[in-house]
Amino acid sequence: MDAEAPILEVRDLSVSFRSQGRDVPIVEKVSFAVGAREILGIVGESGSGKSVTAMTIMGLIDAPGVRVTGSALFRGQELIGMPQKALRRLRGREIAMIFQDPMTAFTPVYTIGWQIDEQIRAHEKLGKAEARSRTVRLLGDMGVPDPERTANRYPHQLSGGLRQRAMIAMALSCNPALLIADEPTTALDVTVQAQILDLIRTLRADYGSSVLLITHDMGVVAKTCDRVMVLYSGRIAERGPCDAIFAHPGHPYTAALLDSIPPLTGPRPERLPSIAGAPPPPLERPAGCAFAPRCHFTHDTCQALPPLLRYGQQDIACVLPKEGRPMPPRVTEYAQ
Amino acid sequence: MNARPLLQAEHLHKEYKLPRGQTLRALDDVSLTVMQGETLGLVGESGCGKSTLGRCLLRLTDLSSGDIVFEGRNISALSERALRPIRRRMQMVFQDSYASLNPRRRIGDLIAEPLRVHPDNEGRKRSAADITARLDELMSLVGLPQSALARYPHEFSGGQRQRINIARALALSPQLVVADEPVSALDVSIQAQIVNLFTDLRERLGLTYVFIAHDLAVVRQISTRVAVMYLGAIVEIGDTDTVLHNPAHPYTAALISAVPEPVIRHDAQRSLLRGDVPSPVSPPSGCRFHTRCPQAQPRCSAETPELRDFGDARQAACHFPLGLSA
Repeated sequence: MDAEAPILEVRDLSVSFRSQGRDVPIVEKVSFAVGAREILGIVGESGSGKSVTAMTIMGLIDAPGVRVTGSALFRGQELIGMPQKALRRLRGREIAMIFQDPMTAFTPVYTIGWQIDEQIRAHEKLGKAEARSRTVRLLGDMGVPDPERTANRYPHQLSGGLRQRAMIAMALSCNPALLIADEPTTALDVTVQAQILDLIRTLRADYGSSVLLITHDMGVVAKTCDRVMVLYSGRIAERGPCDAIFAHPGHPYTAALLDSIPPLTGPRPERLPSIAGAPPPPLERPAGCAFAPRCHFTHDTCQALPPLLRYGQQDIACVLPKEGRPMPPRVTEYAQ
Repeated sequence: MNARPLLQAEHLHKEYKLPRGQTLRALDDVSLTVMQGETLGLVGESGCGKSTLGRCLLRLTDLSSGDIVFEGRNISALSERALRPIRRRMQMVFQDSYASLNPRRRIGDLIAEPLRVHPDNEGRKRSAADITARLDELMSLVGLPQSALARYPHEFSGGQRQRINIARALALSPQLVVADEPVSALDVSIQAQIVNLFTDLRERLGLTYVFIAHDLAVVRQISTRVAVMYLGAIVEIGDTDTVLHNPAHPYTAALISAVPEPVIRHDAQRSLLRGDVPSPVSPPSGCRFHTRCPQAQPRCSAETPELRDFGDARQAACHFPLGLSA
């Protein structure tokens, strides 16, 4: 990693919703940084708070009763509490977001090209023709075949993969410093997913963008990200470089999550190692480690909230390493 | 493995008429056999026809043409009425565990419904006591507490709702269960629980599965045989290990290569397919895969390859199969 200042630095971000007279904690004290040209993965299961974290950074969570505390510095500017008007100037130009469902991100009544042109012209003083030529170039860069013609088509006329490419083209139209991608390939077939993940990896070289990639899929993280943060029940379980975490997961949850993915090579296990039970609902989160009720290693010290501590290159929110019995290295059947 | 075929499908065609005289061929001459006790995995990308095939096998969707023989009896032309006693022998589990459960009815009611509709083995209407006993049995079979019976679908998590769906599918002790993407909507940790449940139930009840999924790793875990579909046709079918470790069809190989494995490789060079699946309304000529195939040759666009036997419990439809002499 280089010594440049991070593009995004999030500190102690907490988000809670008020419901039926109670504060429901969704995200609790999450801190992370995205370096220049870095791809950081946020991985977690449904309800882990990964999408809420991203939406909060983008200033897209603004319902009455929502409480956001903590800080999110984007190139030194505080995003939390920033007025909508200032946020609007950042969003689209400096920070762009792509979503799981490209069909709902485009309006169905205008052509793809019209929508990308508009995005460019909203942020930069460009004529229609200039904007269109950039749109066509972007679509071409994203691997859209016949970009001039495709620009004149409506979203419903494109396949899922092409729509996702068009959405990435729109997100990149103003050369954002940070791209937030929320489950960008979840709705796509595997062969198309592989193409889009490849595309995301090339963005940093071609556009110099940093990427915050939100996913539930450890395979997507392994193929795309430099570093990863694992969320469980709204809290950080573990974070660190992908190399280290996939070789030696430090939190029992990370290890169990990796184990429960059926292997594609090597002998087939009789039964998959699964994690019993389900994550706790936000109001029933234990005061101590949230994973303790499902963990094989639970003992008395798990009743206090484990602090996030540094071990080697990884930060781990688990008492095991501190107690001198860290998780063993990961054993996989995958050819290395 | 018991060599008795439970279900045989021959030359299945399913066409949908579209406006402007177009036809969508969802299934184009699909033949396969499901043996008693085996699990046949159906994989392929969206629009390949795997779900249509699953529904057609159970006659939930009507075929355009073709024959389905279930337990030795041709069911492809039976009336709904004649099908009824057969329906209890073949059941389905769907992907969306919420949409397939009526939100206004209690779990006990939902699972009891097939027991109330269908008579018992002696042709008698089941008594309330019999139904209660069966419900308790089903709950313990799928690993849910008895107290679940009095609750409503929204009170359960996705994984628990899928257990409820499985309990309902098993209520009438079917022989064949077609499961359409039953774990795709679940988180990985829960997915593993449900895949294990399918495995356990197969052992305990001697079930036969047709397991439809887009996730190759899940299919590999549960299936004894695998059929790979592309644009309405089977391109490769055979023993799971043969097909997935040593694929003959370039499409199978590409699918495997596209799966993001949860392991870091720095030298990784994946062979990426270009483009998307073509529209099934106007599939490419010859081999349907030739427009995306890295091995395509002139013959591939002219001549449609038939499924051929390769002598290793596997058939593939390719003129130039990988690692095998043609």
